Amino acid sequence: MAVAVAEPTAERPRTRVPLPPRLRAAGWYRAALFEVLGLGFAFGITALIRWLQHIHPVISGDAVTTVALFTVPIFFLVGIGACDYWLYWAAGRVTRPEDHSGHGAYSWRDYFRVNTDHKVIGIQYTVTSFFFLFVGGLLAMLIRVQLAKPGMQFLTPQQYNGVFSVHATVLIFLFVIPVFAGLANFVLPLMIGAPDMAFPRLNALSYWLLPLGGIVMLMSFLAPGGSFASGWTAYAPLSTTMPLGQLFFSIGVQFAGFSSIFTALNFLVTIITMRAPGMSFFRMPLLVWANFSTSLLVVIATPFIAASQFFLLLDRALGFHFFDAFVGVNRNGNVLMYQHVFWFYSHPAVYIMMLPGFGIISEVLATKSRKPIFGYRMMAFSLLAIVVLGFTVWAHHMFVSGMQPWIRIPMMITTAIIAIPTGIKIFSWLATLWRGVLHLDTPMLFALGFLTMFTLGGISGVMLAMIPFDIHVSQTYFIVAHIHYVLFGGSLFTIFAGVYYWFPKMTGRMFDERLGKLHFWLTFIFFNLTFGPMHLIGIQGMPRRVAEYAEKFAGWNLFISFSAFILGLSTLVFLYNIVASWRGGPRAAANPWRALTLEWQVSSPPPVFNFDAVPTVVGGPYEYGVPGAVHGIFKSPTEARPVTAGTFGGLPSQETHPGPPGHEGGE
Amino acid sequence: MRNRPLVQMIVFGVIGCAILIPLSLIVPWFPTEASRQAGNIHTLYYVLLIASVPIFVLVETVVLYSVWKFRLRPGDGRVDGPPIHGNTRLEVVWTVLPALLIIGLVSYAYTVLRSNEAKKPNQMTVNVTARQFGFEFSYPQANGKTVVASALYLPKDQPVVFRLRSLDVIHSFFVPEFSEKLDAVPGITTTLRVTPTRDGTYPVECTELCGPGHAFMRSTVHVISASRFQSWLAAQPTNRPPPLGMPGPKTSQPGVPGSKGGGVTAGTSSGGS
Repeated sequence: MAVAVAEPTAERPRTRVPLPPRLRAAGWYRAALFEVLGLGFAFGITALIRWLQHIHPVISGDAVTTVALFTVPIFFLVGIGACDYWLYWAAGRVTRPEDHSGHGAYSWRDYFRVNTDHKVIGIQYTVTSFFFLFVGGLLAMLIRVQLAKPGMQFLTPQQYNGVFSVHATVLIFLFVIPVFAGLANFVLPLMIGAPDMAFPRLNALSYWLLPLGGIVMLMSFLAPGGSFASGWTAYAPLSTTMPLGQLFFSIGVQFAGFSSIFTALNFLVTIITMRAPGMSFFRMPLLVWANFSTSLLVVIATPFIAASQFFLLLDRALGFHFFDAFVGVNRNGNVLMYQHVFWFYSHPAVYIMMLPGFGIISEVLATKSRKPIFGYRMMAFSLLAIVVLGFTVWAHHMFVSGMQPWIRIPMMITTAIIAIPTGIKIFSWLATLWRGVLHLDTPMLFALGFLTMFTLGGISGVMLAMIPFDIHVSQTYFIVAHIHYVLFGGSLFTIFAGVYYWFPKMTGRMFDERLGKLHFWLTFIFFNLTFGPMHLIGIQGMPRRVAEYAEKFAGWNLFISFSAFILGLSTLVFLYNIVASWRGGPRAAANPWRALTLEWQVSSPPPVFNFDAVPTVVGGPYEYGVPGAVHGIFKSPTEARPVTAGTFGGLPSQETHPGPPGHEGGE
Repeated sequence: MRNRPLVQMIVFGVIGCAILIPLSLIVPWFPTEASRQAGNIHTLYYVLLIASVPIFVLVETVVLYSVWKFRLRPGDGRVDGPPIHGNTRLEVVWTVLPALLIIGLVSYAYTVLRSNEAKKPNQMTVNVTARQFGFEFSYPQANGKTVVASALYLPKDQPVVFRLRSLDVIHSFFVPEFSEKLDAVPGITTTLRVTPTRDGTYPVECTELCGPGHAFMRSTVHVISASRFQSWLAAQPTNRPPPLGMPGPKTSQPGVPGSKGGGVTAGTSSGGS
């Protein structure tokens, strides 16, 4: 559809309408023009169909909005130039072979253009995601203002439901999931010794899909009837009977979902095919393993949420009856089906939001403890175990949903079993600390804070697996506490650790260590004061997602709101530190942490094409404490051989190095 | 000399557990225990706490001890730690021990579940109808009539089976003091079993987001003695029409609780039992 319309406008100007070059060249002007075209297309197609079907009035705001929410963003992508290469190719016109003119960013303006450089895309991704972190955080502040006291104030119930729904959706789909993709976009190709991702243009497209999804979701506040207000879970049939704003969720999720699927495919192909010589699977840094596992989850699971939201869309827009139990010939819509399909994505999504963080923690802990990761192979295998088990537990979100009772038992068992690979990871990290030389700077503090907070989140997770206890606390503030311990104390702490850890590499500047530590302590203390008491009020019976609550919870809620405001303010310390350091921090050395992985062996920031010479990997990534150990050298495999003198076989991937945990080639 | 850190840590860990386990148990976690099921669940939670605190203490002990003993000291400069890559025996231990713990906890939770959801011979059926934004309770009577009430009255020590239906979107029926909840799902009838054991008045809450009025979808449950319940029941008019969408008195025969009827809501299947 986009192709059909884009073609004539791209062709005609030369002969008929003399369009100014600004509107013809890919960029923001053309994007604006195409958005207008997209809107016009939505008006046209809905009016045509309704006219043909004798539906009056011909112009319907609902119908136009439904179609426009798809066409306007897609036309925007064409206008900004994210699809130029493919469209030229499809039209049989001369394509521009990759001349790398799209690589590198030389001024801030370059970050607002379609760029195929994984490092630029990584920064675009990360900064965009952090923008949405602050949006989601502000919404959280609104929630806490509303809940500071019982008795309606500030927001109406419908507005309140909208605010917490957008809060959760934005932070899950626009922050936690993409920020990991952003960080990995920057460091993963560097870590495996690749010049870029496998599909740079697809990479650019997957980035540009992301802000579109976010803007669609935030625009829902402007919709008549307010933003979507059925939670981030959008349970049918509540969501199918919601005002127009609900559409913005169903469609925004599609863009965010496509973005993560494309990125995941890209990571998988990159990791499988583009590793440097000698980089066997068991010499990959654990961040690479983590993103490999995450990408498997994304590729398999994300289509399920896309499907669930398309079902909702069809129910709402076209009167299908997937989830409507009260209409239709046999009244046979199945309400519970939505939850099964939804959680079949959304439980693996929990691991999509956690496994890359595990990878970050492994990098930070090994480097900052100056010790090899303890039990490297088990760390890698436990990631894969979580991937497999992650698909077998979805219905533990539905213990009180009224589904067949027997399903609960196997789901309880598999859920509890997931604690075992997760426990292996925690214990291995602890053993990595043991007898190391701990550099307690900001990334390390966040990593240690993560260990503590995630252990608590994991423990409450095992408790929630126990069906009878889950029956008592599900849908209460205990759940709110649990997910924030896992996603804030877990994921966000790893994200902060990763951002501080790679900040010198990404920007070429050092951050302010004192402000970083201040940020950590404020976050750590007020995080616990905010979410810790929620366990208690949840068990005492305060339901989640309520704009109003019983008087007996007033004291704790005031305390929580107060802590939450300081927690919110603490992110300003982070923001100031990052902005000020990026603009004027001291120049960073190539390898300020004395890390062994490949991304630290190049300059900070890295050269446009990452490596001047293709690196050859000769050992494990975490050989700290092994005298003279290196992970990679910048020589070709044949030149490299004499360096690792001694006994070795023919291929570089089979070369051994003193003491690496996994020196056999893993392919 | 090599073993001293381990001894120190074990001492810290034991002290930590000795302080934290009692501390975690004296927190007034739960509301009043007002049902047989609640008692079982509270015990389960305390067992979970006793099993969890040592794990948390273990993690914290290692983290804090490492920060204390192994942190970079001025003058250490570029020293690295020892290149320890792993220890298979240790890894087996920390895979098998949690597995055993998990098996124990899951088995225990299963027995609690079985006990809580066991059928009782003398159970009483109460139909719960949820809609935006309120609950309605109806008591099928032996004479084929139905008593309808807007607040829930239950006799003490009488096993009750709730049949939950919804007229519009998904709702949930939760009494914190009973420690039991279940969704009311449009199209199906779901079943929840509770035996109230303590006189009192407790809140009934909807815990599934159901629209703008969700926070205000509240009712009350009064647990009273069996004799008072009988006199309350007798005082209720029985000729009131059944609530909208409920099966009429004809289909709701005694002895066939929650039987399918021709009402608007009567769905295709009966979940639960």
